[in-house]
Amino acid sequence: MEHKEILHRCFRCGYCKLPGNYVDINCPAYLSFRFETYSPGGRMWLLKAWLDDEIQVSDRFARIMFSCATCGNCVEHCAFPEFRDKILLAFNAGKEAILDTGKVPPGVRDYLTRMQNYGNPYGKSQQKRANWAENLNIDAYSDQEYLFYAGDVGSYDPRGQEIAKSVAELLQKLGVSIGILKQDETSDGNDVNSMGETELFDELAQKNIKIFKEKGVKKIITLSPHSFNAFKNDYISLNENTESFFQVFHYSQILAFCKDNLKNIQGSIQQTVTVHDPCYLGRHNNDYFSIRMVLSAIPGIKIAEMDRNQKNALCCGGGGGNFFTNILSESEERSARVRVLEAVQTGSSILVTSCPLCTIMLEDAAKSENLENTIVVKELSELIMN
Amino acid sequence: MELIIKELKDIVGSQYVSAEPEELFFYSRDQGTMPPVEPDAVVMPKTTKEVSKIMLLANKSKTPVIPMGGGLVLSGLSRALKGGIILDLKRMNQIISVNPHSRYAILEGGASQGMLQSYLKKNFPQLKHSMPDAPPIATLAGNICIHGSGHLSVLGGFHSDMLNGMEVVLPTGEIIRTGSCSVSKDWISKAPLPDLSGLFLGWSGTTGIVTKLAIKLFPNYRFNDLLIFVCEDADIMPDVISRLTSTQIAEDMTPWMTPKPYWAKGFLHINISYGAHTKKELIFKRNLLQSSVRFYIDKKEAGFLPLPPPQKKRFLKIPSPDLVRFADIRKGGGFEYVGAIMAIEHFAKAYHAGLEIAEKYDVSYSLGARIIGAGHAMMFFFAYAFNRADKEDIKRAQKALESTNKAALDIGGIPWKAEEPAQKQIISKMDPETFDFIKRIRMMLDPNDIMNPGNWEK
Amino acid sequence: MNKINFDPNLCAKCETTDCLMKCQYIDFANVEMAKKERIKINSGKDSHVLHDCLTCYACQEYCPNNNNPFYYLVERQEEMGILPAPRPILTEQLRMMDFKGRIKKQQMNLPVINMCTFPMLVGCIRGNLFKNISTFVGTDIFCNIMWLHFAKNSVIQERVPKAIDNIMKNFLADQDKKEMICFHDECYGTYTSVAKAYNINIPFKPIHLFDYINTRLDELSDSIKPINQIIAYQRPCSNRLIPETDKILDQIFEKIGAQRVQRIYDRENALCCGGVIRAHQRDEIADDLLNRNIDDMVNIEAKYCVFNCPFCMATMGQEVAEKGIMPILVSDLVQVALGE
Repeated sequence: MEHKEILHRCFRCGYCKLPGNYVDINCPAYLSFRFETYSPGGRMWLLKAWLDDEIQVSDRFARIMFSCATCGNCVEHCAFPEFRDKILLAFNAGKEAILDTGKVPPGVRDYLTRMQNYGNPYGKSQQKRANWAENLNIDAYSDQEYLFYAGDVGSYDPRGQEIAKSVAELLQKLGVSIGILKQDETSDGNDVNSMGETELFDELAQKNIKIFKEKGVKKIITLSPHSFNAFKNDYISLNENTESFFQVFHYSQILAFCKDNLKNIQGSIQQTVTVHDPCYLGRHNNDYFSIRMVLSAIPGIKIAEMDRNQKNALCCGGGGGNFFTNILSESEERSARVRVLEAVQTGSSILVTSCPLCTIMLEDAAKSENLENTIVVKELSELIMN
Repeated sequence: MELIIKELKDIVGSQYVSAEPEELFFYSRDQGTMPPVEPDAVVMPKTTKEVSKIMLLANKSKTPVIPMGGGLVLSGLSRALKGGIILDLKRMNQIISVNPHSRYAILEGGASQGMLQSYLKKNFPQLKHSMPDAPPIATLAGNICIHGSGHLSVLGGFHSDMLNGMEVVLPTGEIIRTGSCSVSKDWISKAPLPDLSGLFLGWSGTTGIVTKLAIKLFPNYRFNDLLIFVCEDADIMPDVISRLTSTQIAEDMTPWMTPKPYWAKGFLHINISYGAHTKKELIFKRNLLQSSVRFYIDKKEAGFLPLPPPQKKRFLKIPSPDLVRFADIRKGGGFEYVGAIMAIEHFAKAYHAGLEIAEKYDVSYSLGARIIGAGHAMMFFFAYAFNRADKEDIKRAQKALESTNKAALDIGGIPWKAEEPAQKQIISKMDPETFDFIKRIRMMLDPNDIMNPGNWEK
Repeated sequence: MNKINFDPNLCAKCETTDCLMKCQYIDFANVEMAKKERIKINSGKDSHVLHDCLTCYACQEYCPNNNNPFYYLVERQEEMGILPAPRPILTEQLRMMDFKGRIKKQQMNLPVINMCTFPMLVGCIRGNLFKNISTFVGTDIFCNIMWLHFAKNSVIQERVPKAIDNIMKNFLADQDKKEMICFHDECYGTYTSVAKAYNINIPFKPIHLFDYINTRLDELSDSIKPINQIIAYQRPCSNRLIPETDKILDQIFEKIGAQRVQRIYDRENALCCGGVIRAHQRDEIADDLLNRNIDDMVNIEAKYCVFNCPFCMATMGQEVAEKGIMPILVSDLVQVALGE
């Protein structure tokens, strides 16, 4: 197993459970289930025990491993700088090894089966991939400046489709030249990769790289930070010629570039908002500023930060495939619920985020906490467009 | 056990009970060198009532119960030596209230050091509590119950000295309170009542489970600074400590003697932390501290390191992650230490004993101390790192720790949070009538011998 | 040990004894009293000056005869076992700054800049100002001049040749031109002033950072947007050994619109930052120097406090910032003007 050399170095000190300011539990899996085994330190020790034949693979062990939301809080806050960058990589390798044994939680199994059979986690036809763009004036990508990549959630989830439409329309209003791949778009594979299914990820990535090359794609704008992360960090090792690789942006970064024009689209919004940092933009890719630059450019908006913001942000719990597998949702103390309650404490009327998965997770949580009259969850482009 | 597990699930909810191999593996051990012992189950209560019900069940079935906080004790005190249930208290992690006038906080038994620090910074920035250098997930109750110490120990003594009162579930399931909170709504002190808190402090979880506690808070200074004193002669350290503590300025004093970084090898350092409300006051305090040891400075035997402000930040961080990072110096994630509470005049003896043992067993070491009170005692620590993946390395560390426990006792110190073999060494030195008395108290409180059995036994 | 270039007869004939009379930290009632102490020092006798000296290097600059009075004083301190700092502090520093043997030969392209022991400042070597520059850093090339503060000339003499050897072998051997820019003032002082005083052979040409920047500013003149701000300059002790470079700094400031307004504690009257004085366990003196110096900067309404020496900046930067003056290195200020 790759990265096994770091497993025994974990001191299970628990720094990985908390944010840098120690406000509260910040590991979504540990927060949901509270056994030490569900913490990053727990996974490290269990993986080592498994490799040493002290424990066997079981349903529970598999569930513990796949409950990881890959939010990166452990990487950010682990006290050991020499190996903390490899923590999630070790977990991925562990998941890959577990997949090989066949002991897979049902949610994971179903997700990967749908990905294998349909190329998307919804089990829907590839032909319907671009349905979200119906009635929108977006051409197929030919030589526009940017390829706009909607991803799985943006393409197939009804709420995700709304967000994809909103972002695409906003970009066009700002004069950004975009085209889409329509039915030629393939899943980015980020969540497949984070579940350790590296072979399938390679397959998906190679498909995407091939089509990007064929179409002459030079710049990509992604809807989802998950896609952004995969293209920016994981595709690079798969492309033969890294010098001619495409540039990838998350849409919030493009909005930040165009921030001076935002007030022409949305006048003043006299609201106090709080920001939820998506993990795959924030901790994984160090971009905490694009969303804040955009919000600061909108007249009237005041930002009230949550105690856990930026590199201390509490993950919504949707990463690591949990958005689809629902492992974390089995618990009442799931992080999305804790997060919306935290947002309410800032006194803000709006909780803004720039990720379709985070938006859906947090909206659901606000509903289940009956907070819809207290705080509204808004995706960034929808805040501007509405 | 299956029936017991079913009843536990009825008490706390099925998702908070586990007898699965994964939990049994993890909770059977800690980061130290003590061998693993598997419990029968792990349970995580949320309320005092649930804890009480669990104790009633445990008594009925004579099932051992082992309370566990952060699980960071390192000496294996939360292992189920005779099987039974590990009670992981960290779901009971609420900060109940803070009284800024009488300066205390009431917390649940599983509340963590880090969360209290964060809470105070945000809501009561004029107050702080004494934090140990343990990781921030360590629980306040756990640390107090083992007589821990921390960053305000020169000011306030052991953390157990900073306790105002507790809510405790007895081994037999009753819920009692100690201190003023047993009479009044104010949790201000143990006095003037019979000090029942003592029945639960230093007993390694064998007399009851702390479900709530009140701890003293202290003024949080706006300006904080650090001096690092350095000398080469361990024999002068007691006098230096005496002089520095006589100023009654420092909040924390921690001597440290490590072979790494290599430039520090052979030198004895003392980190002295202090604070003030104004810069003028800070400088005044600094001058007083420096004058107190001018005798040694003028002889050029010792002095204070010239630390530019950017370099001080690392030492002023509370808790310091450097302590935890020591575990990785052999790239092995293992570390355990003997922390012996002893008289300050034994400093040189303890230091030389530590060096000798480290050399004899070829272990990576760090020696140091935390001064308690106005130079009333010290917790002298002998820390050894080991590579968890190397069995020989673990053995060497174990031997070093055994020798250290013996050496500490020979010097007149008493290892705190002693691991089970060290407990026996302590008992062998203890006044027999005192030990008998301990046994009688335990029997009275815990007639079925279910509370963390296997500890403090001959 | 190389013998110092020092002639006691020059001191005997000196009418002003400026080295002591101009000292900012030790007072003498008159020239005669100062001369008396000078003669004592020169004849190997004990003098309170040997104990009271703050080691600010200023007398090197004040001496009208270029007779190396400070280097000579330090030699006397060492001979007589007068330690400015406590022994454990000195020993730890000696160990900390010793050669680590981690140096590796690196391909360099001219120009080359020596970053001394400031790896944290390698990031400052960026942008057009430092285009195409190669850097090297580490204790294995440490200039060792700091031992002047600790009465250890012998260590300078012992370690400097090895540092030179390391530089030549690992970084300059393959270069056509054996020259390097010294990012830190002290390095330049070592390879010019100290080398001259002790006849140490320097096989390369040291270039002062100010010279490099001054030349570069002419090349980048189109990019300069003058900052037009009042600045206070913290002149470090090391610059006392190479006072000729102060004029070049003035040229730099003029080119970038930094107004080095006259203040009490600048140029010949510059105050020590106090960092080393704290190592000498004289914190109250260091506090006084800091307060006077910063008050002086506040009085001229300086927007920036410009540092030449990273150690001065580490020592004073926080205090300066608390008074609303931005601490900044010379090179960083220049880059502000260049829009970098």
